[in-house]
Amino acid sequence: MYVREVAVIGVGLSRFGERWDAGLKELMAEAGLHAIEDAKITSDDVEMIYGGTMASGSFTGQEHVAALMSDQLGFKNVPAVRIENACASGGSALRLGYIAVASGIHDIVVVGGVEKMTDVTSSEATSALGGAGDQEWELFQGITFPGLYAMMARRHMHDYGTTEEQLASVAVKNHDNAFKNKYAQFHKKLTIDEVINSKMVADPLKLLDCSPISDGAAALVLAPLETARKYNDTPIKILASEQASDTLRLAERDSLTGIKATSIAAQKAYKHAKVSANDIDLAEVHDCFTIAEIMAMEDLGFYKKGEAGKAVADGETTLQSKLAINTSGGLKGCGHPVGATGVKQAVEVVWQLRGQAEGRQVKDAEIGLTHNVGGSGATAVVHIFGRSN
Amino acid sequence: MEKPSASLWRKIKARYNLIGNECKNCGTRYFPPRIVCRKCGRKSKMSDFKFNGDGEIVSFTKISVPPDTFKDEAPYFVGVVKLAEGPQVEGHIIDNGGKIAIGTKVRAAFRKMYVDGDEGLIYYHYKFEPV
Repeated sequence: MYVREVAVIGVGLSRFGERWDAGLKELMAEAGLHAIEDAKITSDDVEMIYGGTMASGSFTGQEHVAALMSDQLGFKNVPAVRIENACASGGSALRLGYIAVASGIHDIVVVGGVEKMTDVTSSEATSALGGAGDQEWELFQGITFPGLYAMMARRHMHDYGTTEEQLASVAVKNHDNAFKNKYAQFHKKLTIDEVINSKMVADPLKLLDCSPISDGAAALVLAPLETARKYNDTPIKILASEQASDTLRLAERDSLTGIKATSIAAQKAYKHAKVSANDIDLAEVHDCFTIAEIMAMEDLGFYKKGEAGKAVADGETTLQSKLAINTSGGLKGCGHPVGATGVKQAVEVVWQLRGQAEGRQVKDAEIGLTHNVGGSGATAVVHIFGRSN
Repeated sequence: MEKPSASLWRKIKARYNLIGNECKNCGTRYFPPRIVCRKCGRKSKMSDFKFNGDGEIVSFTKISVPPDTFKDEAPYFVGVVKLAEGPQVEGHIIDNGGKIAIGTKVRAAFRKMYVDGDEGLIYYHYKFEPV
């Protein structure tokens, strides 16, 4: 039962990228210690930790990652639970942390997310990530993740006239934003031509339509809103935390041009938060591929079906826009350490709502949204955050 | 792709012959076969159904960067095909000469999918070819 409101009182991030200098432990410590310090709590205050990671076993051989987080961060024998929900592991971990506090079971809960992906070859990484779909019927037939999203892109282009240039404009915008984010994997601006002329991965998606393989970690500290100010002057309220699922197999879904789980989670979230899509000032959406950002803009209700591609290309979702999308650089520009992504999205929104987003601050940001997808759409998690003053 | 051979043999009836199933309670057909009907839940009555393999391309892509197991096959076409007898399925699309499109009529065929190294198993599977 929902008994009380929940706030984020601390956030932390590791630098994202190819982190040859850091393993799982170093990444988790980098993000986790920042979050603890930011919340002005001590390790002794923490009552529970949820840790999101998708495939640490395949990537590093290490399982049991939440207990390892607790161990490395010096928490005192607290319950630690790992959450695996493909690329939505981080968002799912956040939702469980929210439930633990909202229900009154725990007061101070840490939510972490981590993935260390660059110690394996890119084809090993492709296989590990392929497990997010239906392993027996998709990956077994050589249908990769870019392949699944490529089929969504092809159908979206067919039905709505979405173009390769519009897809490319997502990557260009997100690299522009990442350029202003010191934690981001890429500090290199792109042009439409560079994206379109990059190596073909799964037609129509090219290398620069795809989010990269990344190392990184993110962490949040949650507390009841009623006591949050004891720790932090600017607690950020979680206005809604919703999630939905769908078939693992892409072919079996109602539509290839949208993610139904996103629409369901978003509608529930708007209802719970008592806001509409029009009220959102900024959103961190799951742009694992450029087409995914366009579908997210439509499924989240920001644009009508088929209109989002043009909107991105026309510059309607930049840092200066009424609705800024992927201010961190998104998965494309900031990087996509899969288990960390859902938590990182929340970290970015908290920074924006506090007014601490340094060179990429959205003006007068009041309400922010995060959207984290697992697989080709079998899981979607939507959170809405607001300033609590 | 940890143990493809076990997964192949366990589902060989479906993979070789395009045998899925049908819920006798509501008439919904599935490929690959489901243990429980998504509509009927515990009331489902599942029975084998062999699809004739006729269908139409709903979407497709050419995979240029494959997983390790398909490194000798790339590039190759895969697609989502709507079977005339009901469900949408994923599969390889062959013999297309680069001319396939959304809406192209296809038919399932029994084909070699890949070979496990120089002396390993040969994996066969249904694939779709334009009619």
